[in-house]
Amino acid sequence: MAYNLKEEMNKEERFHSGHRLCAGCGAGIVCRAMMRAVDPEDKAVICNATGCLEVSSFQYPYTAWEDSYIHTAFENASATASGVEAAYRAMKKKGKLDEKTNFKILAIGGDGGTYDIGFQSLSGALERGHDFTYFCYDNNAYMNTGTQRSSATPRFASATTTPAGIESVGKKQTQKDLTQIVVAHGSPYVAQTTLYGNMKDFHEKAHRAIYTEGPTFVNVLTPCPRGWNYPAENLLEICKAAIDTCVWPLYEVVEGEYRLTYEPKKKLPVEEFMSKQGRFAHCFKPGNEWTIEAAQAYVDKKWEELLEKCK
Amino acid sequence: MSIRERLSGNEAIATAMRQINPDVFAMFPITPSTEIPQYYAQYVADGRVDTEFICVESEHSSLSACLGAEAAGCRAVTATSSAGLSYMNEVLYVAGSSRLPVVLAVACRALTGPININHDYSDSMAERDSGFIQLYGENNQEVYDNYLMAHRIAEHPSVRLPLMVCEDGFITSHAIENIEIEEDDKVKAFVGEYHPENYLLKKENPLAVGPYGVSGYYMEARVAQAQAMKNAKQVILDVAADFEKTFGRKYGFFEEYRMEDAEVAMVIMGSSAGTAKAAVDELRGRGVKAGLVKIRVFRPFPGEELAKVLSGCKAVAVMDKSEGFSACGGPLFAETSGACINLDKRPKMIDIVFGLGGRDFTVAAALSVYDRLQNIARTGEVGEVYTHMGQREA
Repeated sequence: MAYNLKEEMNKEERFHSGHRLCAGCGAGIVCRAMMRAVDPEDKAVICNATGCLEVSSFQYPYTAWEDSYIHTAFENASATASGVEAAYRAMKKKGKLDEKTNFKILAIGGDGGTYDIGFQSLSGALERGHDFTYFCYDNNAYMNTGTQRSSATPRFASATTTPAGIESVGKKQTQKDLTQIVVAHGSPYVAQTTLYGNMKDFHEKAHRAIYTEGPTFVNVLTPCPRGWNYPAENLLEICKAAIDTCVWPLYEVVEGEYRLTYEPKKKLPVEEFMSKQGRFAHCFKPGNEWTIEAAQAYVDKKWEELLEKCK
Repeated sequence: MSIRERLSGNEAIATAMRQINPDVFAMFPITPSTEIPQYYAQYVADGRVDTEFICVESEHSSLSACLGAEAAGCRAVTATSSAGLSYMNEVLYVAGSSRLPVVLAVACRALTGPININHDYSDSMAERDSGFIQLYGENNQEVYDNYLMAHRIAEHPSVRLPLMVCEDGFITSHAIENIEIEEDDKVKAFVGEYHPENYLLKKENPLAVGPYGVSGYYMEARVAQAQAMKNAKQVILDVAADFEKTFGRKYGFFEEYRMEDAEVAMVIMGSSAGTAKAAVDELRGRGVKAGLVKIRVFRPFPGEELAKVLSGCKAVAVMDKSEGFSACGGPLFAETSGACINLDKRPKMIDIVFGLGGRDFTVAAALSVYDRLQNIARTGEVGEVYTHMGQREA
C-alpha cells in the first residue's frame, strides 16, 4: 500500500507526548515513527539502551511507551533483546502464548550505546540471527552525558572531549561506518535513513526492517539541537542538508543488494551541512579552510564508493 | 525412588537444570563452570529438553539475555565463574533491582591476579551485595539439592530476587561423587511451573521494566528490595521444609556440626567444611568440645540465628576463603562478627584467610586452628585477629 502521511498520522500514538526529551530532539521523532511502522494489530517489546531516550521516556512512575519496554543497561540492548526474542520463541513453542498475537522485538539505542559500548552485544546478536530490529538514533556523540565524542562523531566536529581550540580543529578521526559493518554481518536488511520530508523513507525502511525475518538494522541520523548547536526548529533543514550534501546517504541493503533510496538532484557542498551547526563553527575561521576541503574529500570518496556498490 | 548416580558437581547442576527444563539458557564458557552448558547443549541436541539455548558472546550478554528472557515471562538460567561473574557485575545489580529471579550457577574460582583457575570465593564474595540470594553447597549432593530449591525461592511472590547456586570450582564442580538424584517427574512437581504475574509478552497488559528512578523514588525501590531479601529467609526455610518432606534431606541456613556444647568452633563454607569436620571428630575423640558451623545461605545472611548458635562458644574462628583487602578481615568475618555485636556474652573471634587460589586445606591445618582457639579459650587472649594460613613464609 502506498505511503500516506495523513493515514499514518491518524494511527494511535504508541510513543506518547509528556516525555522529557528536549524540545526539537530527533529521538522522539524516531520513536514515534518507529512505532508507526509496527502494524496496529501487532504488539512490540522495546529494548532500550541507557541514554537520553531511556531517562526521558521512562521516568518512574511514568512511561511514554504504549508497548512493553525494558531497559537494563547501556551496552546490552541487543543482548537483552536476544533474551526477549529467545523467550518469545520458547513461550510460543511451549504453547504459553496466544498463536494469533504477533510480537515484534525492537531494540533502540543512541550511537554511544550502538557504535561504541554496545557494539559487541550488537555484533553478537546479529551473528546469532535473532529475529529483531535494531534502531540506532545516531546523534553523533554521547549526548546524555553532555556531547562527548563517540566513534560516530564526524571529523572536525567540536565535542566536549574533542573541543576546538588554538591547537585543535575538533575530532581528529572520521566516523565509524557502522552501517557497512552491519552489512558485513550478512543481515537480511540494513538501511540508513534520517528525518526528512513526509517521513516516507523512514517509514518504508522501518516497516521493511521490522517485517523482515532475522536481525535487521536501521541507522537513523538524528540531529541533537544542543550537541550540534543549532536552533531547535532547524531539524528538518539540517537533515535535508545531510542527505543533499551526501554526508548521510540514504540507502538500503536487502540480502546484500545495495539500493540508493535518494539521490540529490544536485549534490551540495559540505559547507551546506556544516555551516548550519555550531559544532563546526571553527572550520569557517580563516586558516581552517583545509578542514572543509578535507571533509569534502572524505564525503566524495564515501559517496563514490557507495554509488559503486549500488550499481 | 531416588537414583544413586556418580556425578560431578557440574553434571549434577546440569542434571537438575535438565529436570527443570528452563525456557531459556544463555551461555558463555569459562573454567570451571563450562561443563554445565556443555552437558546442557547435549541435552538440547538429544531432544531431552526444549529450552532455547543461546550461545552469546560474553557473560555480560549471557546475564543480559537472561534478564530479557525472565522479564519476557520465562525461566532463564546461566552459569559462570570468576572473571565471568565479575564481568556480569553491572547486570547482577540490575537483576536484583528489576526483581528478575534468574538462577545463576557459579563454580567459584579465584579472581585474577595472578590468573588462577582454582577454587576460592573471590568471585562470589565480590558480588555478595549485588542483590542475589547466595546458596553454597559442601558437596555434589548439596549443590544438586540447592539447585532444586533455587527457582522456588527466587520466584516466590514475596521474594522475586535472582539467586546464585554456588559450588566450589574443581573441588565440587569436577570431583565425581555418588549422589542421590531424584526422579524427573518428582523434581518437576516439586519445582513447578513459572507463572509470573506480569511480563513483557503479556498481550493484555504491557509491562515497563527498568525505569529511571529519581531521588523521590529510588529509596523506596531499594527498601522494597531489602525487604524482599528479608522475606527470603522464611521462604528458604519453607522450601527446605517441603524439600525434606518430599526428598528426605534436611537443610537450613547453616549446618551445625557437633555444636550442642561446643566451646571452640569454626564458621566455614563449602567443601572445606568436610575437611574441618574430620578435625572436629578427632578433637571430640580427645574430649575437646569442638564444633563447626557451615554456612549454606550467605545472602540473606542469617545473622541472628548464627549469633544464637555461637553465643555459647568461648572462641570462634571464621574461615574466609577470599581476601577482601579490608586490612581487618574477610567478608565472612565481617558478617559473623557483626552478627554477634549485640550478644550479652560474645565469644572471642578471629579471622583466618585460607585456601586462596586452590591452596590445600588439610585436617592438620584445621586442627591447628582449633589449637589456637583452645589457647584463646584458656587464656582469654585473642592475639592477632586477622591472619592468613597456608602460605609459604618469605
